[in-house]
Amino acid sequence: MIKVVFFAALREQLNCSELSLKSNDFSTVADIKQHFASRDEQWQQVFTNNALLSAVNHEMVNNDQVIKSGDEVAFFPPVTGG
Amino acid sequence: MTTTNNPEISIQTDDFSLADEVALLEYDNAVDGAVVTFTGRVRNKNEGKAVTSLTLEHYPGMTEKSLAKIITQAKERWRIGRVKVIHRVGELFIGDQIVFVGVTSKHRQDAFAANEFIMDYLKVQAPFWKKEATDTGVNWLDAKTSDENKAATW
Repeated sequence: MIKVVFFAALREQLNCSELSLKSNDFSTVADIKQHFASRDEQWQQVFTNNALLSAVNHEMVNNDQVIKSGDEVAFFPPVTGG
Repeated sequence: MTTTNNPEISIQTDDFSLADEVALLEYDNAVDGAVVTFTGRVRNKNEGKAVTSLTLEHYPGMTEKSLAKIITQAKERWRIGRVKVIHRVGELFIGDQIVFVGVTSKHRQDAFAANEFIMDYLKVQAPFWKKEATDTGVNWLDAKTSDENKAATW
């Protein structure tokens, strides 16, 4: 299984903070984004936005990052702390 | 309050005392002659709108990891002694303290530079998000290009 978490504006737009995916169906972050983008119009809007950031196991990653079972994948907007 | 294993980092809902943090940076520390601190606070206006409150969200686990990495980078670049980074989360009001960065070093240049570097990198890398309540409604803040540009200067 892959745990997927969403934060901030993204979490509110999707009305979802966390879900699980079967690891066999995805090999990279790009695959997960493509899967989510095909869900509906709202998800498509979020997952085709180039500003969207991704992290795997608490490290920022690119779309070509390889995913394995047990990973925690996060999607969130550009950060605004400080 | 959220506690971490790293004594240099604290993510917390509670307020902090500048005096207490300076005292900790100085305690039993005879080698460092410089203590540089930065405190960030909630302003009453943002982009022309009157702010009533901010709500800070973060990604527990990644936040601590991200800040630890930034502190490590600062220690590699400058000859610094002690470091402390505090970031508050939850609902904050005008004038409230949001963030603290404290750095000590033998001489002032290293502490000044490292403090600014840590703050600049925190702004663009640490997973915090601000939601702002103003007189015209509630909205998530957009990241600023100026923060990206500033961090890129290091």
